[in-house]
Amino acid sequence: MAKYWNADIECMSREDMKKLQSERLVKQVKHVYENVPYYRNLMDEKGVTPDDIQSVDDLHKLPFLSKADLRDAYPYGLLAKPLSDCVRIQSTSGTTGRRVVAFYTQHDIDLWEDCCARAITAAGGTNEDVCQVCYGYGLFTGGPGLNGGSHKVGCLTLPMSSGNTERQIQFMRDLGSTILCCTPSYAAYIGETLHDMGFTPDDIKLKAGIFGAEPWTEEMRRSIEKSLGIKAYDIYGLTETSGPGVSFECEEQTGMHINEDHFIPEIIDPDTGEVLPDGTVGELVFTSITKEAFPLLRYRTRDLCVLSRKKCSCGRTLIKMTKPMGRSDDMMIIRGVNVFPSQIETVLIEQGYSPNYLIEVDRVNNSDTLDISVEMSAEQFSDKMKDIQDKEKQLAGAIKTMLGISPKVHLVSPKSITRSEGKAVRVIDKRKLHD
Amino acid sequence: MNSIQQISVFVENETGKLAELTRLIGDAGIDLCALSLADTRDFGILRIIVNKPEETCTLLSDNGWTFKITPVIGVKVPDVPGGVAGILAALSDANVNVEYMYAFVNRTPGEADTIFRVDDEETALAALQNAGIEILKPEEAYGI
Repeated sequence: MAKYWNADIECMSREDMKKLQSERLVKQVKHVYENVPYYRNLMDEKGVTPDDIQSVDDLHKLPFLSKADLRDAYPYGLLAKPLSDCVRIQSTSGTTGRRVVAFYTQHDIDLWEDCCARAITAAGGTNEDVCQVCYGYGLFTGGPGLNGGSHKVGCLTLPMSSGNTERQIQFMRDLGSTILCCTPSYAAYIGETLHDMGFTPDDIKLKAGIFGAEPWTEEMRRSIEKSLGIKAYDIYGLTETSGPGVSFECEEQTGMHINEDHFIPEIIDPDTGEVLPDGTVGELVFTSITKEAFPLLRYRTRDLCVLSRKKCSCGRTLIKMTKPMGRSDDMMIIRGVNVFPSQIETVLIEQGYSPNYLIEVDRVNNSDTLDISVEMSAEQFSDKMKDIQDKEKQLAGAIKTMLGISPKVHLVSPKSITRSEGKAVRVIDKRKLHD
Repeated sequence: MNSIQQISVFVENETGKLAELTRLIGDAGIDLCALSLADTRDFGILRIIVNKPEETCTLLSDNGWTFKITPVIGVKVPDVPGGVAGILAALSDANVNVEYMYAFVNRTPGEADTIFRVDDEETALAALQNAGIEILKPEEAYGI
């Protein structure tokens, strides 16, 4: 079984990788400067010319692009190829404002699918596998990306898309799916449904799952691994750079290898824009050095994470990024304190509760309120009021210890919180609705 | 002896939830012999005694309700002033703590049945028997 999809790249020496990145960067900057007036203006304003960029060491000289630039330039302002050369668009859900539309040439799609093939191979996938893709298909990159990667690897691909969970399980059983690709929240729901249908992991052949497109915790990973009897691998990506496959996990499960032959990562201080050394928490920035149609240079992802060049036992030399600790736009400021939903999720799972929860933030009499509804299992239910109230208080105490602010915890019935088939909605911030 | 099986159902504080639950039980031809609702701001617990406990559990479970079976003690209380007080005195003398209680109508005139949930069932039963208080058999409570 092949351990790597592209050993030459994935295990390349640092020196060779730097050389490859530099060559590609220099070429890419010229391509963008000549074909994207929007970015040329940004470079001109900063007084940078393509000649100033001779290697990756000069990357920091380039101006940043942000989500706001993508909105300003919508739809064609950052396009670097004539539309006649483009064959596909993909788009974000547009939840934080105007949607982002990304363009692909056939070459872009080939490279993107190749990145996904690396991820599937790292999860143990070969042409002997049956790969069930339950990410949404359509404008969302999840379905098309993993579908393409699965084809490249030669897996028998089940293009299920999301939804109709009992049918997902029926296909999984009838066709012997061995790899599952979906969002972690949907994987948890599939696991729950499997057990509700009276099955156990012994009744299915799944061995691995490739889960991404939303933040999830180590605790949730363990819970999914147990309920489906698999090893769960993280995958990362964003529509702006291509889609899933920008980085992927190997069997060590200690962070995701970035396909840095295509995407050069940097970590910056989100306030000053200053580049921070490896090992420091900061905002992740990507420069696409191979994309033709939609090549974003120094794109600020708003994801907070850490980069590490520590040697990996899998043999890959590709730099690793930690699971994003939260997207800077997922962060809520409640009573002046920074709160990430993932912190709350960690406490819930540690305390033996399900990862099905809903966070509601509101403002009553000029003071922020934090209400967390959590499902309790039949075993956690007690006939005595006091027991349930004690459990609520105890959980609220544990969350207070983590966050520094007191929430109001509401234990609710199993399955009363709406399940997600795609990206889970975990936070309702009613304060925004009032403004 | 067998204790009475009370079914405690978790009910979210949402309009129509209680109606939905009792309709489900009624439509299955199950008779509610006794019931009591405990409520907080967020949720309620409906405690019921039915004529068909096992069938009810299957029904609730199939329909996704969260519930627990709780053993309780049923006592025949003389319908005279001081009737309940005498029973509580017997329990308190035996150091038994009552977690909750509720009364329900009985078919026999001159008698009101009361359900007790106690922290120590065995001691409670012995104390009640010593005091000459008549304990309800499960069949009597289920109205069979």
